[in-house]
Amino acid sequence: MSKVVESLKYSETHEWVKVEGDIAVIGVTDYAQKEMGEITYVDCPDVDDEVEKGSEFGALESVKAASDLFSPVSGTVTEVNEQVVDDPKLVNDDAFENWIIKVQMSDPSELNDLMDAQSYKSFIKE
Amino acid sequence: MKYYDKLIFEISKPGRKGYSLPDVCTKCQGTDAIPAALRRDKAPALPQVSEPDAVRHYTNLSQMNFGVDTGFYPLGSCTMKYNPKINEEIAAMPAFAGLHPCQKGLKGVDAVYEGMDRALSAITGMKHFTFKPCAGAHGELTGLMIIREYHMSRGDYKRTRIIVPDSAHGTNPASAAVCGLDVVVVKSNAQGLVDVEELKPLLDDTIAGIMMTNPNTLGLFEKDIRQIASLVHEAGGLLYYDGANMNPLIGTVRPGDMGFDVMHLNLHKSFSTPHGGGGPGSGPVGVCEKLVPFLGVNVSGFNGNFGVILRAYAYILMLGRENVKMCGKLATLNANYIKESLKDLYKLPIESVCKHEFVFDGLINDGACEGKEGASTLDVAKRLLDFGYHAPTIYFPLLFHQAIMIEPTETESKETIDGFIEVMREIAAEAARDPDILHSAPHTTPISRPDETTAARNPILKYTEA
Amino acid sequence: MAGFNYFPHTDQDIQSMLNRIGVNSLDQLYADVPADCLYQGQYDLPEAMTEQQVRDYFEGLAALNPRLKVFAGAGAYDHYTPAVIPYLTQRSEFITAYTPYQCEISQGTLRYIFEYQSMICALTGMDVSNASMYDGPTAAAEAMRMMVAQAKKKNTVLVSATLLPQVTGVIQTYAKYAGITIKEIEASQGQTSKDSLEALIAQGDVAGAIVPSINRFGIIENLEGMAQALHADKALLTVYCDPSALAVLKTPAQWESDIAVGDGQPLGIPLCYGGPYVGFMACREEYMRKLPGRIVGQTTDKEGRRAFVLTLQAREQHIRREKATSNICSNESLMALWVTVYLSLMGPDGMKQVNDLCYQRAHYLYAKLLETGKFQEAFAGAPFLKEFVLKPLVPAAQIQKKLADAGFFGALETPEGYVSFCATEKRSYQEIDELVKALAL
Repeated sequence: MSKVVESLKYSETHEWVKVEGDIAVIGVTDYAQKEMGEITYVDCPDVDDEVEKGSEFGALESVKAASDLFSPVSGTVTEVNEQVVDDPKLVNDDAFENWIIKVQMSDPSELNDLMDAQSYKSFIKE
Repeated sequence: MKYYDKLIFEISKPGRKGYSLPDVCTKCQGTDAIPAALRRDKAPALPQVSEPDAVRHYTNLSQMNFGVDTGFYPLGSCTMKYNPKINEEIAAMPAFAGLHPCQKGLKGVDAVYEGMDRALSAITGMKHFTFKPCAGAHGELTGLMIIREYHMSRGDYKRTRIIVPDSAHGTNPASAAVCGLDVVVVKSNAQGLVDVEELKPLLDDTIAGIMMTNPNTLGLFEKDIRQIASLVHEAGGLLYYDGANMNPLIGTVRPGDMGFDVMHLNLHKSFSTPHGGGGPGSGPVGVCEKLVPFLGVNVSGFNGNFGVILRAYAYILMLGRENVKMCGKLATLNANYIKESLKDLYKLPIESVCKHEFVFDGLINDGACEGKEGASTLDVAKRLLDFGYHAPTIYFPLLFHQAIMIEPTETESKETIDGFIEVMREIAAEAARDPDILHSAPHTTPISRPDETTAARNPILKYTEA
Repeated sequence: MAGFNYFPHTDQDIQSMLNRIGVNSLDQLYADVPADCLYQGQYDLPEAMTEQQVRDYFEGLAALNPRLKVFAGAGAYDHYTPAVIPYLTQRSEFITAYTPYQCEISQGTLRYIFEYQSMICALTGMDVSNASMYDGPTAAAEAMRMMVAQAKKKNTVLVSATLLPQVTGVIQTYAKYAGITIKEIEASQGQTSKDSLEALIAQGDVAGAIVPSINRFGIIENLEGMAQALHADKALLTVYCDPSALAVLKTPAQWESDIAVGDGQPLGIPLCYGGPYVGFMACREEYMRKLPGRIVGQTTDKEGRRAFVLTLQAREQHIRREKATSNICSNESLMALWVTVYLSLMGPDGMKQVNDLCYQRAHYLYAKLLETGKFQEAFAGAPFLKEFVLKPLVPAAQIQKKLADAGFFGALETPEGYVSFCATEKRSYQEIDELVKALAL
């Protein structure tokens, strides 16, 4: 059973968003990390890069698979979690504790398109 | 096979030499006369070993390797057939191996290219071939470039999308992307074949063509191919044939007759040249008459992998016009024989006559029970190594979760195949009894399963002195 | 059935196998193939030859090719191949092996590729090498793609006018279909012009540049300041090099380049009319995950023993399909073994000696050719190693004919009307004197 955190927002591509003012903290869900298996590399954008809702901002790699990361919101990257880049295993250890990027949102109303924990729970059950 | 741990750098000792060269003229200037600003600051860290040291080291390395001459490869989509030895002697003839690529008017060389062009055209039903591509994926790229040139020559610039079935080799979509084409995936139907009804709505005036593998990666013949060809041609597209699976058709079916316009062959698969641990290959591209003007696409430095082309030509001459008819048939016989002999123990997702290869979807009884995981396809593959067989292609095609893709070739005897079947049955029995035997396999190889995760997380990609 | 020595099946084998399958004939295995797809005609192929006939046939073809002593380079160099190399590379465990995906039974291949990668890094000074590309020109084209991918939004690659034409040709082919803009950096005095490079950078959109270490005139280029000019614009530098010459020349790393590519042929691989050769490709560590092709890495097995595996495969086509860094699948593994054994035998001292011998012979030839009065210097004073160009005072075709009649191949004409010569350690002073004598007549 994959863990789902109540207070977060979720995308259909298995990213979570924690809202801190106009900053979106973005990571991947426990479900996604389980699907990938042991993550060997996290490919991240650079700070100041623009990201667009629904488009790729990076990727996760395991030994036998690669999976793109899609931004749940549009905006500008303000921070990249270097700890995760240096030690991708952290995502396997705790996908919710170890965020990947922070984005200054250009249109916070996009958050309304995301799922809440309850909807995401049923989404991954399908 | 025994484990040998040394790297060449670790048997190096300053002052040793493995070369035999004329003396340098001491009265004349050497490379030290090159301006210092253009010279390197210190000598490269290459090993220093004697000739016998080097010979023993690489012989020891070779003994940790499996090859076609060692044993059987049931390796799907890879066509690991016997590599005739006469071919090696011919490729090594100094009158061929010593030729500079810019030499012109070489009648002996021209005869090889012309003879190969004619032979491959006869076998495939194409009009002419280019020999510049150095491997299969390189051939795919070349063929797609030819397709784009054709459309552009007609002023038809909007055809920038290519249809690729979901069962295609990974190189197909990758080659399309390198060629600047957008990939449109067409789904397979329940019989594992391209779904004609799914295909129809995709065919508009932005489609450059379709890439197909026939028989496809499930080893199944795309029997609607003539209809697909008409549909694609009517829509203004062209058909690309991925020659990776040509072996079962050699001597029986020609891609040109099925309606394909352009194709590549893997000389290192269908035409017996050695795989060399990953290459060199050769990927000649053949085209129908209307595409001949575009054959000159410049994709490699000189004249293609001439040494590989020579080997393949020698093979074709040995084979001749009668034996060629048996090539694909015997490969297909071997594949169906294995499939029928194992389908009571391994899941056969699509019950049908196959061509040169077929796909199982894992074990029927993987031995899973409370507290114990069942044996996976990876486990079966690794256990085969213990019995002296190479593993099949696994986890491909992506249509099945536990895919085991098996391809024997026509150069494997009934006894070899029977031995393989027996071992596959024994492994299935082991899995049912105790899957842990498989989980921990292989047990008898020079190394056991390596830690691939650490290799990818903390890459060590070159030797550094301790 | 008449039987064939590569097919093990007896008639009885075929029959019993057909019985197990439950069909009556081999043709029935093709019952799913529509009749109009089955080929009914006679194949336009010769009758099967015996092995001796095949041997005689190729010996006949070989005799049609004139045997000339090679005084040409132009990207393919006639260096000596020690006997050990063909002997070891022909070992069936190496040559008949598949790609080392099953690492437990492929440690031989994986180890020599790891050694190869280490040696390419030693020669180029770069951090990471892949397990090889098809040839030098395709490696350069991949470098172009890699620089554009790295630059994200920039789409122009600069290519020096002094690169070998076959390298530029393949780069242009790959660029055309990928929609990459290629601009030529002009030559000045037979070398890549830094002014031209800077002017092109100023025009904007530059993802990177490809320049040669030794160029198509044989000149050893001074690349001072080029990497800095490109880096200032967040663009990358690729240096195309002769790996044999790198044993004495400033390395791509010393020029602060980001990528090094070239053809491994000068490292003991026979000319063989252009292939198989091996392209090498190495880069700085920061671009490791953008490097195309197979890569071997070191790890440990379950018992903690050192083991080698194909690694970072998530970049590759079989996993990432259309999003892969490249479509390349095959490498030139066996040719990488040629290079690895060659460099093992030569070591740093042997490589220095080969280059000294080339230098001395080429400079001797250069002086002797000028003495004939039939040539003028094209780039007086420009430093060269084993290859150079001269301005001929008689038509190039005439020179080539005289050489061929005397048993030599050389004097390749450049588009500017120069002729190029090359002398490796294989060419003796006696041969050089004979060549010069033939021209003087």
